[in-house]
Amino acid sequence: MAITSHGEFPSPFELPEPPGAEGWQRLYPYHLLFQPERREEDESAFWFCDSQHWPDVIKPFETIGVDFAVKCLGEYNTRYFLVPTSYGLERRIHHGYCYLSPVPVPADRVAERVPEFERRAGHYFGHWEHLLAHWKRKVLDTVRELEAVRFDPLPQTRSVEDIEAGAGPDASDALLTGYDRLIALCHRAWQHHFEFLNLGYAAYLDFFLACRRWFPDIPDLGVARVVQGVDMELFRPDEELKRLAKLALELGVESRLTPADPGVHTLEALAASGRPGRDWLDAWDAARDPWFNFTSGNGFYASDVYWRDDPSLPLGYIRDYVLRLLRGETIDRDLPGLVADRERITGEYRALLDPAERPAFDAKLRVARQAYPYVENHNFYIEHWTMGVFWRKARELSRLLRTAGFWPADGDMFHLTRDEVREALFDHVNAWASGGRPMGCDYWPPEVERRRRIMAALARRRPEPALGVPPPSITEPFTIMLWGIDEERIRSWLDGYSAHGALTGVPASPGTAEGPARVVHGAQDLSLVQEGEILVASVTAPSWAPVFGKVRAAVTDIGGVMSHAAIVCREYSLPAVTGTGGASTVIATGRRIRVDGTAGTVTVLD
Amino acid sequence: MSSRYAVSLESAAEEPAADLVGGKCAGLLALVGAGQPVPRAFAVTVDAFRALFTDPALRESVGAALAGLDPADLARTETVSSEIRRLVSGHPVPSEIEEDISAAYRALCAALGRPDAPVAVRSSATSEDLAQTSFAGQYDTCLWIQGAEAVLDAVRHCWSSLWTTRALTYRAAHGVSDEELGMAVCVQEMVDARTAGVAMTLNPVNGDRSKIVIEAGWGLGEPVLSGEVTPDHYLVDKVLLVPVRTVVGAKFHEMVPAPGGQGLLRRPVDDARRATPCLSTEEVVEIARVAKQAERSCGAPQEIEWALARGLPASSGLRLLQSRAETVWSRRSGPAAEVTAASGAAGIAKALTGM
Repeated sequence: MAITSHGEFPSPFELPEPPGAEGWQRLYPYHLLFQPERREEDESAFWFCDSQHWPDVIKPFETIGVDFAVKCLGEYNTRYFLVPTSYGLERRIHHGYCYLSPVPVPADRVAERVPEFERRAGHYFGHWEHLLAHWKRKVLDTVRELEAVRFDPLPQTRSVEDIEAGAGPDASDALLTGYDRLIALCHRAWQHHFEFLNLGYAAYLDFFLACRRWFPDIPDLGVARVVQGVDMELFRPDEELKRLAKLALELGVESRLTPADPGVHTLEALAASGRPGRDWLDAWDAARDPWFNFTSGNGFYASDVYWRDDPSLPLGYIRDYVLRLLRGETIDRDLPGLVADRERITGEYRALLDPAERPAFDAKLRVARQAYPYVENHNFYIEHWTMGVFWRKARELSRLLRTAGFWPADGDMFHLTRDEVREALFDHVNAWASGGRPMGCDYWPPEVERRRRIMAALARRRPEPALGVPPPSITEPFTIMLWGIDEERIRSWLDGYSAHGALTGVPASPGTAEGPARVVHGAQDLSLVQEGEILVASVTAPSWAPVFGKVRAAVTDIGGVMSHAAIVCREYSLPAVTGTGGASTVIATGRRIRVDGTAGTVTVLD
Repeated sequence: MSSRYAVSLESAAEEPAADLVGGKCAGLLALVGAGQPVPRAFAVTVDAFRALFTDPALRESVGAALAGLDPADLARTETVSSEIRRLVSGHPVPSEIEEDISAAYRALCAALGRPDAPVAVRSSATSEDLAQTSFAGQYDTCLWIQGAEAVLDAVRHCWSSLWTTRALTYRAAHGVSDEELGMAVCVQEMVDARTAGVAMTLNPVNGDRSKIVIEAGWGLGEPVLSGEVTPDHYLVDKVLLVPVRTVVGAKFHEMVPAPGGQGLLRRPVDDARRATPCLSTEEVVEIARVAKQAERSCGAPQEIEWALARGLPASSGLRLLQSRAETVWSRRSGPAAEVTAASGAAGIAKALTGM
């Protein structure tokens, strides 16, 4: 289907900036901005807002994720596996949000890439488990190297021993190289991230496209439910919380885990409470590394809170689980049921095929099921674990420079780009060397304050779902798969919202539910979610899993049938509609809504 | 309730042979046996028809009317058709048959708790509804028939429809001998349908067996079956039982019981209802679920006529009026998939490039 609407999305060059955000462009590197020199080209391209990964305004330092993730995604397609039809993505920051535009392979270059792709990707598929084990070792090495990065305060003077040993390079060198190392390791983490991801999606896609031919109009959900695994590492942190909740009841310490405001003091009280409490804490410690290297966000924001760093988050979830257990509820996912369901659905589709087609079905499904778990599990290793360590180290540096007088608050460093941080760090060590005062102590506090105001102004406006001119058709499979963006989606964005108070999106998890909406703009709002509400968010993160035990359904602005909300809702047997374009802006908390995850509609009832 | 000429279709335990009750009734019995929701009904057996034809006078006059008929001569065929139909429907019915039919109808009324209950009287020919001949819809159906006498008239009307012009020309074209003819009749509780239509357990457009197509109009299913209205069209995934696509049709009129319950009325549908889907998602899913079961119990793709009784939810109001094997795609393989057998990198490369 071609897009028949004559509509175009706004030009990035003509949208007025939000009031108070004047000068926002100077906060970002030149290569991330729409530049007047490229106006004609960029205006005629199609840019979709990737609010699935960047739902909130991106602070200058946080562009590290846009840069490294998008760069590494492209690198694996373009230069490593030579995916025949897809290069990477162009990316821009506009009014603080990330926009992407797929770069297609020129038609006359596709054929020559095919044999190369088959050889390279074929090697990976042929040695998947072995290479994946190697990958895990590489990631764990990266985590260890990141853990080793230290940002210690500079000493007043070098020690006499250093002088007598002719020690040479000093603590300022360690600081500068430590920072360079931090950035380089982050880059490496994103290279790890995409080593298997594109292939994982491609294997899924191959099976998906074959199903489309065998069963024209098969719902995306049908394919997803055939391929999707049920017991994945990504769910392990949530499983650990459930295990700890059950253990609390077994040990009889449940009453200590249900305070109104659980936190570090809860753990201290348990430690002082005697043997059962300490036994429980041993189990807590065992679960914490690595499973609580789990972010409340998605790994792309400096404001992400990691369970390991703030025990109030996992303790809050454990409290909810304990209370549900005390009410006699079941908190376990019905894993045998999910497995049986998957096998029933797989068996029914397979039985509908001409017997001659079944070997192809089996072979493609085998590859898809082999590759697919990575698509979920990598999240734990990179976004949660590695990035958790990265942000912890970055916060340490920000605190160090705050102590040195560069800015007033602990996290203010993130208002600088990573290159500006490198300059500030040099400013810091230079002042240490010269004995003078860093220029940054005068320059940065008002500048950080100005940037804070601009960020706040940008955050008051939600991003346009897309910019520029929609293409006549979208055939690029990754765009469709990863972002749920197809022609129908674009048309619905162009049409705005239908007159009946109904929003349409991707039918991502079947069933219907009614209830009051709870609009969640970020992890900080999660504690507000009440039992029986319907979660409405721009996008959800995997770590929100525990709230899925409370809500009746979920609605997101962006994402397809493979988005996190979709996967988690299917795991929890809750209806979900994803990719509505703007549910989180149109629907207000408290409004009664009806979610039809089978039809893909969300209706405001009152 | 069972006699030589009228057999209950409410219990599959009785299992009358298909050649005794005709294809339509046999299909209904299969549904009953599978526990599907079908309206109460009885069959007037082929024996009743045959008993009528033991009268040599009738056989001779029919034979004489048919002698030397050239089915290519449509005008002549039509004259012969109406002559024979008049002969058959006017021929006195042996009293034993008449009594059996009346008794069966009274029993049906008693079971429904309503004297003179309206029924649908449908032809159930022995050569109809066979999977290899697309013979469905050849013979007449009389709707909203009330009273024993009217039922008997309708049965005779159905018998006579063996000699409609189209049946005569069809038999001539396909070499079906008149000697083999037989006709049973199904007398079925009339469902006052809020909405009704058909369901096919494959997609007739491409033969895709992973889909169920449901078509629905307002009121009785007749305008949908005869193609007088453009029905709503619902495409449902058979495995997941989720609607995939819905196209709302322009349902310009509907057939409903006349005020006072006497007969049927065809009336226009106002603009708002015309464009309103006849079925909710739940109803679509329920019809698809039952159709899927019917296909499973019959062992082949089915074409089903269904109705949703007025005033009842889908869970209790759905009735299958008849089900027959689909005959077009059942003889062919499904869509030409052209899926490369290659998997892994080679399969992906082919899928991405379309090569």
